[in-house]
Amino acid sequence: MSYLEDVGTLAAKDLRLELRSRDTVPAMLLFVVSTLVVFNFALPAGASADAAYGLLWAALVFTAILGLTRAFAAEREQRVLDGLVLAPSDRSAIWLGKVIAVVAFLGLAEIVALPAFALFFQPVSWELVAGVALASVGFAAVGTLLAAMAAASRARELLLPLLFLPLVIPIVVGGVGASIADDPGRYLGFLALYDLIFAILSWASFEYVVTE
Amino acid sequence: MIAARGLGRSFGSKRVLRDLDLDVAERDLLLVTGPNGSGKSTLLALCAGLLAPTRGELEVKAERGRIGYLAHEPLVYRELTALENLDLYGRLYRVAERRERIGMLLERYGLWEARRERVATFSRGMQQRLALCRTLLHDPDLLLLDEPYAGLDEEGVALLDAELRSLAGTRTLLLATHDPERVASLATGTLALG
Repeated sequence: MSYLEDVGTLAAKDLRLELRSRDTVPAMLLFVVSTLVVFNFALPAGASADAAYGLLWAALVFTAILGLTRAFAAEREQRVLDGLVLAPSDRSAIWLGKVIAVVAFLGLAEIVALPAFALFFQPVSWELVAGVALASVGFAAVGTLLAAMAAASRARELLLPLLFLPLVIPIVVGGVGASIADDPGRYLGFLALYDLIFAILSWASFEYVVTE
Repeated sequence: MIAARGLGRSFGSKRVLRDLDLDVAERDLLLVTGPNGSGKSTLLALCAGLLAPTRGELEVKAERGRIGYLAHEPLVYRELTALENLDLYGRLYRVAERRERIGMLLERYGLWEARRERVATFSRGMQQRLALCRTLLHDPDLLLLDEPYAGLDEEGVALLDAELRSLAGTRTLLLATHDPERVASLATGTLALG
């Protein structure tokens, strides 16, 4: 029970920090909407619906990177991560608390992005919504671990996308598949499996990322 | 409490600590002195478990949650208030009677009036006082204090003097300082690095 309390405490802290500083979510919202606007003009008239879905997923991936780049900014500023790591709580609680906050931020961006997508391109189906929700968990699970790794590096802004993009290719494949395939259940199952595997791997390896 | 044999730590090609042998008994107060870059902060971070030795062995007989670590940075969130920061640490360290303990420390270090202000608005001295509150919050058995007097005004220095007098002989302390004379009377030993 105390583990979940620690996770709740850490997630609440991240949400409070964002409510106060507002330096991540507004940037994500602006980015995802402006990207969709640009794609709206970039996509030639008569382009297939599949292309529009592909562009939506590209916008979501880069929005996630934008949020993840800031994920450990507050901890990095005054080496707060050292203080958290020294606490007797399980260190994976830091990861899980951060994942919850990142999912919340991504969720807000997607709540704005999906209606914008419907406005510019295609109607939003339940398969797309389910795919985006599952993808958000995958982005956050993998991305939070990588953001913690990158936070210790001087080239963090460069390192995070370099590590993140190859690892989330399966999410994009599953997400696009769930959006356009006749049998979306198969792709949604694939996304759920990806989330499960990478969440367990990230949860188990976070301790080694934040300690030497 | 702390035993080191042939302890060494390098950062890339730069050796910061080399072949250090150290024994610190329970309730000792060891002063760690030396010029800038001699490895004082590195030694404390090693004892805290934040760094791993690159050579030799280090044994610290204190559980993770029983160590109080005061670093150069206050290790608190700038966008949270003093109260919110201490409450966060109090929860994570499972401090009994958390609110009373936080209130007592904030009173003692003169931060009670500023408890609902964001740390970003604090002066360097106030941040150091808050860092001391954070370090002492869970009543640790082992205190690792890196330049604890840094940034403190006269009142803050007097408060810390009194705190160290009460802690000496009841807790194990490693205190890195450029001003060893100030606490020399409390120390049970001195380690000169560099």
